[in-house]
Amino acid sequence: MSAALAIAAIVLVLVATVVIGFYGLRISRTTDDLLVASRTVRPWMNASAISGEYLSAATFLGLAGLVLLSGTDAFWFPIGYSAGYLLLLLFVAAPLRRSGARTIPDFIEARLDSVGARRVTSLFVLIIGWLYIVPQFHGAAITVNVVTGLPPWVGSVAIAVIVGVIVAAGGMRSITFVQAFHYWLKLTAMGVPVVVLLLAVGTAPAAIDPALIFPRESGPGGQDLYRTASLVLALLLGTMGLPHVLVRFYTNPDGASARRTTVIVIVMISAFYMLSSTMGMIGRVFAPDLADPATADSVVLLLPSRLLPGLMGDLISALIVAGAFAAFLATSSGLVVSLAGVVSQDLLGGSVRAFRISAIACATVPLLVTFLTVPGGLANSVGFVFVVAASSLSPVLLLGVWWRGLTASGAVAGMIIGGVAAAFSLVVSGFGLVQHPIAVAAFDQPAAWTVPLAIATTVLVSLMTRRRVPARADRYISRLHAPER
Amino acid sequence: MDESTLIALLTGSAIGVCLTFGVLLAWRYARGSRELGSDGEHATYRTLHLASQAAENLRGGLDSEEVGRAARHLRALLGCDILAIADAGGGIVIDGPGELFREVAASIAARMSEVSRTQVVPVPAESGRDSTYAIAAPIVTDGLVAGMVIVFATSRRAPLIRATGEVAAWVSAQLSLGELDASRAALAEAELRALRAQISPHFIYNALNAIASFINTDPSKARELVLEFADFTRYSFRRHGDFTTLAEELRSIHSYLLLERARFGDRLEVTLQIAPETLSTVIPFLSLQPLVENSVRHGLERKEGGGRITISAEAAGMNVQITVEDDGAGIDPDAVKALLGGSGGADHIGLRNVDSRMRQVYGDTYGLVVETNLGAGTLVRLLVPQSQPMNDTDAVKAHAEARLRMPDRSAS
Repeated sequence: MSAALAIAAIVLVLVATVVIGFYGLRISRTTDDLLVASRTVRPWMNASAISGEYLSAATFLGLAGLVLLSGTDAFWFPIGYSAGYLLLLLFVAAPLRRSGARTIPDFIEARLDSVGARRVTSLFVLIIGWLYIVPQFHGAAITVNVVTGLPPWVGSVAIAVIVGVIVAAGGMRSITFVQAFHYWLKLTAMGVPVVVLLLAVGTAPAAIDPALIFPRESGPGGQDLYRTASLVLALLLGTMGLPHVLVRFYTNPDGASARRTTVIVIVMISAFYMLSSTMGMIGRVFAPDLADPATADSVVLLLPSRLLPGLMGDLISALIVAGAFAAFLATSSGLVVSLAGVVSQDLLGGSVRAFRISAIACATVPLLVTFLTVPGGLANSVGFVFVVAASSLSPVLLLGVWWRGLTASGAVAGMIIGGVAAAFSLVVSGFGLVQHPIAVAAFDQPAAWTVPLAIATTVLVSLMTRRRVPARADRYISRLHAPER
Repeated sequence: MDESTLIALLTGSAIGVCLTFGVLLAWRYARGSRELGSDGEHATYRTLHLASQAAENLRGGLDSEEVGRAARHLRALLGCDILAIADAGGGIVIDGPGELFREVAASIAARMSEVSRTQVVPVPAESGRDSTYAIAAPIVTDGLVAGMVIVFATSRRAPLIRATGEVAAWVSAQLSLGELDASRAALAEAELRALRAQISPHFIYNALNAIASFINTDPSKARELVLEFADFTRYSFRRHGDFTTLAEELRSIHSYLLLERARFGDRLEVTLQIAPETLSTVIPFLSLQPLVENSVRHGLERKEGGGRITISAEAAGMNVQITVEDDGAGIDPDAVKALLGGSGGADHIGLRNVDSRMRQVYGDTYGLVVETNLGAGTLVRLLVPQSQPMNDTDAVKAHAEARLRMPDRSAS
């Protein structure tokens, strides 16, 4: 693989991002454009931006790697990732758009009239956000290492510095256009290689017998009902608890277009997941030697040069590298913006300078964590973030939108119990502390019991502190659900 | 999940949590490191602490539900068993095991208007009542008795009597402060109402003249302009809501600029740079249009050959930054300083108006920033927080509540 081409692709993506970010605002020269400009973005444009921010390293590199590793089991991940938007659409997209709050802590504070609940929410947002950034940095490390041979830390440091600087320099003036550009770039960077590779291998004999590659027991018949249901629950509920998802819905002019946008998002990310899964299956047929947890995530990067020797393979590889970098950039900058907002408001007083400091801090902390850890199973590490989000923030968010009786104490108790239960499960399953098969399954995929636990705790504690339902709860809830005038 | 991922995630969470707590602790430490102090100092801290807690609960007035909590703190402060707070309307809140004393308290409170200083009333003996004296001190606000603090005790100790009197006096002061808060909120609201920008007569006169000039030469254009005028006035005269969205405000500016262009012709050019995600930002009603009008009237009208106005909006951290720039005549910087400082003439009244409303609504750090010099054009910068869950674009009273956080009595 040509390192020069790959580096050129990375630089090109960066330059395009910065140019669109800083100069991408459409400049209108006549007063008539005022009307056009004030009509806000179209749903499809906003949907591209949301999809661009959502498709992360985990889906760009990790999904194909997971398909290579575990076959059809892995398909539950894209199903859960995209169906999460269905729940978002059904239950929270429009009400939260009407709430006027741009972040989850803001919403919790306004809804529950409690600074304490806000602080706890912020803490969870911060932890979830950092955990989500780490796999992005790992993805960058893998990519740089595989395509250029440079040591892995170069990739993570580069992406952390770039993201930190861009966000600290005042963010991008036209973040919507940048994210939309990243979506189409990622779609191209996955779509073109898939088509070209399929054409190239269409007639070639498979490396091994397909019956070995897709054995019956790893098909739908061999799946464990509990594990699958639990994983899907985590992915479904986790999406709405991610810190960077909520804020994008404000670009929509009203609740109705927020819903329309969500529908388009589901179509757009599904299209991408289809391509990405196909890539994994090609890998399963033609690169079975990569099916090892340490190398599986690099399958997307390595496939083109294996199947297409020569310039064509190099070009396709460079395209994929460009798409991968768009994925790291889009997701981690979206997250850093959200987290820096939380840190600067809750700890540093919310000035512009505080925001800059927070941006640097929020890019540095995950970088340190990246150094201390070894990349492995990007899709799985992101899966864990979904479990934590689904067990802590999502129940409180759902109840806050739909249940008038929620109190600050209930929300805090629910978040802490749910979050601690999810983390505890991770420790137990990771160190293999239990042996019984039922217990192993319960701790491997804990969402099926941590989410009900969090909901039950929230409801019970809220009922116990019924007298402390904020006085303005009724009015705020009616604002969330009444149509805009 | 394999082990390395696990370790990654664990260390991640651990470091995240440790860092957050570390920062919080450091913050605490930096703010309030002090030595533990002597017993006397401890007593002072404790008293002050109880007093400040009770003060919170008293701010809503004697008839609010919070008084019960205040009574608990005051009882702890006085170190007595039973404490009652009676208000002028006949309501009595008792803290401590004192339900049996309710009628005694009621009979003392019934005569509160005749009382001017602390008095000790013997409690009629009855089974179950172990206290034999009631110490009653009036709470006086605005020269009238607004309520009473009644303490039940077994003996008539002079220190307790004196302390009760002091506590009643302190409660009076807190209630006055609470009333001050309420009147400040009312004042802020009245001020906002008064400050709500009005359409300038100058503009109406010019617009109507411009329309008149087209009636014979270009009737369809005149009709169009009349409709724009109608749109603009409907928006500006609307009665409900102190907030609007940037998109709506831009629509009104569109109407305004069309009318101005009817007069200026091609001499007035407009450039827009609006990041789409800022369009749904909540801004105070008519906070942008006066800035544009200021640019047209004071910047470009006085300049030969017209000029250009640039309006831009983009995200800046947790805020949205909106700027209005013109390449017109500019303003003397000292005049701007005087203007925003509160003095200054009738010129640029729009600027001052927007500046004081921004400070009213979002606090002093959100005042206007003006960059200008004579002959160098003017740039006015407006910062608005992105997230304003308390400011509804429809609700009329939302802002006063958001700023002063008054307890909402109508809903409770």
